[in-house]
Amino acid sequence: MESRSTILAAVRANKPGEVALPSIRTIERNEISNCTDTFKNLVQAIGGKVEEIQYNEVQETVERLFPDAKYTASGTKRYKGTIQLEHITDPKALENLDVFVCRGLLGVAENGAVWLPESAIVHRVAPFITQHMVVVLNESTILEDMHAAYDEIDVAEYGFGFFMAGPSKTADIEQSLVHGAHGPRSLTVLLLKTL
Amino acid sequence: MVNHAKNAEAFNQDEARTNWHDETLWFVREKRDKASGQIPEWEALRELASGIKDHTLSKLDVYLEEFEKKATENGIKVHWAVDAQAHNEKVFEILSDHGVKRIVKSKSMLTEECHLNPYLEEKGIEVVDTDLGERIVQLAEDTPSHIVLPAIHLKKEEVGEVFHNRIGTDKGASDPYYLTEAARQHLRQQFLTADAAITGVNFAIAETGGIVICTNEGNADMGVHTQNVHIACMGIEKIIPRAEHLGVFLRLLARSATGQHLTVYTSHLHKPKEGSELHVILVDNGRTEQLGRPDFRNSLKCIRCGACMNTCPIYRRSGGHSYGSTIPGPIGAILSPGYDLEKYSSLPFASTLCGSCSDVCPVKIDIHTQLYKWRQVAGAEGHIAGSKKRAMRFMGMVFGSPHFYRKVGRLMRRAARFMPNKWIYNRRNVWGKSREIPPMPKESFRDWYMKNRLGNGK
Ligand code: SF4
Repeated sequence: MESRSTILAAVRANKPGEVALPSIRTIERNEISNCTDTFKNLVQAIGGKVEEIQYNEVQETVERLFPDAKYTASGTKRYKGTIQLEHITDPKALENLDVFVCRGLLGVAENGAVWLPESAIVHRVAPFITQHMVVVLNESTILEDMHAAYDEIDVAEYGFGFFMAGPSKTADIEQSLVHGAHGPRSLTVLLLKTL
Repeated sequence: MVNHAKNAEAFNQDEARTNWHDETLWFVREKRDKASGQIPEWEALRELASGIKDHTLSKLDVYLEEFEKKATENGIKVHWAVDAQAHNEKVFEILSDHGVKRIVKSKSMLTEECHLNPYLEEKGIEVVDTDLGERIVQLAEDTPSHIVLPAIHLKKEEVGEVFHNRIGTDKGASDPYYLTEAARQHLRQQFLTADAAITGVNFAIAETGGIVICTNEGNADMGVHTQNVHIACMGIEKIIPRAEHLGVFLRLLARSATGQHLTVYTSHLHKPKEGSELHVILVDNGRTEQLGRPDFRNSLKCIRCGACMNTCPIYRRSGGHSYGSTIPGPIGAILSPGYDLEKYSSLPFASTLCGSCSDVCPVKIDIHTQLYKWRQVAGAEGHIAGSKKRAMRFMGMVFGSPHFYRKVGRLMRRAARFMPNKWIYNRRNVWGKSREIPPMPKESFRDWYMKNRLGNGK
């Protein structure tokens, strides 16, 4: 507690006079005319794949894309995996997960990211420990940019939530891009077309 | 005492390697240009980011308390640490409470600043850095040379050698795919067998009491979600008022850092996972002091993107280690003197004052102006080398008197032609190092102007 009062007192003594908070509404945003196309192009540019399917084709698409997958799990009713996540208590037990399928709550056109809150992934570690990641996304949820995304989501609604933009990657060895650093080696977005 | 010029000279001994380092970083800078160029509102975003940070610093106490309150309500345990020692002790206390023997740690410049790793190791706790670049330098018993690209100074052959010796990759193997895969396997084992996770923090949201962590590899999340104890360490300047501000900062951060539109993972943590603990340590360690320096408080707006390093002609050609400080490059050169002016007094001089750093900075820190101001401070407190001081005093006299300036100019134009090369290119005249004297004009601009313009009555 001593640190706390010392720090707060020092801040009060040293901070400058109050500066007004600028409104982020003042920003004139770049219009993105076709959010779906922009999103698709960006997901591919950052190393992901996009497949456009019907809502009842999730199961067969995942099976087609990953015919050799042994352990799979899901956070969506549209796909049934081999592991039931509700039965897992120790996150490390997901060590051998090959494919994880879940629903994305929204997509962001300007950067190809998808928002995945805790409610969609069941186990926090699942989308990271898995070898491959599949996100099912409704085309109608794709928004223009990060401002629109943060207007839409409540970051504090769940204990955890994240944006995922492409598969895990690193360029730490001589700036050579390698996919599959610690997280999934691939990301596939299954886009459900708006009828 | 860090002598940047001397360290830079050592770095420059290997010219081919210096060129390689220079080009690699410039490549990152070009990626940043491409990404930022695609956002027409880029400048407006920078302005906004800078304004939000100015506001936050002016009410930092209010936001820190708001964050503490909200985070506590969320079930996060919030701690405060006045300095590095208090921070390290707090971390150790939490770890000992849980009998932790080994931790997985993701990138955190703050823990580097506090020298947490050696502290914990001395206490018998094994620290495994999990960011690939950080793991490389850790295994090489080296230190990061860049805040975003910790191993940018190493060549793949050197990484291969380190991995061969430490984690048993094939001798002579240097393919980045192979080495990254080997690190993935090796670090997976660490994630599965560690006892706790330590991470840094990119943003802490006062309004909601949550923290945001950005990575490309997914190492922070792998650590956090596999462990039951997570300690997140942050400098007090990482606070932002509202969640909507993330839109502004995140649009700037990755584009400025590596030219990506967004980092692969942007994780928002508001509550510990069931049955786990989440601790956040708010660290001062000199920040409130910097806040009290009107000329330098702007440096606290930094979001650690590294763009100022990638663009800096001095950083690119002297390497991160030449700065001898945790944070190198232009931002390091304005932060470090605030901690220890005597030790780091040479850093503000490691700049051409070209201003490129300020031009790329996503939060519009006036970096080059602060570099200039630190020079004044260093000079006033007697931290300038004798040779530089004498030269400066003489130049001051010359430039201070138009009459004297003209006299000296005339003299030099004549003398330079006959001056022995030794006068310029000798050990005592550091200016002459790698510089060529241009051919001397016959007359000064002033003389030319008088004759050709004023004289002609034009
Ligand atoms: S000073 Fe600016 S450019 Fe440099 S690391 Fe900080 S935010 Fe980035």
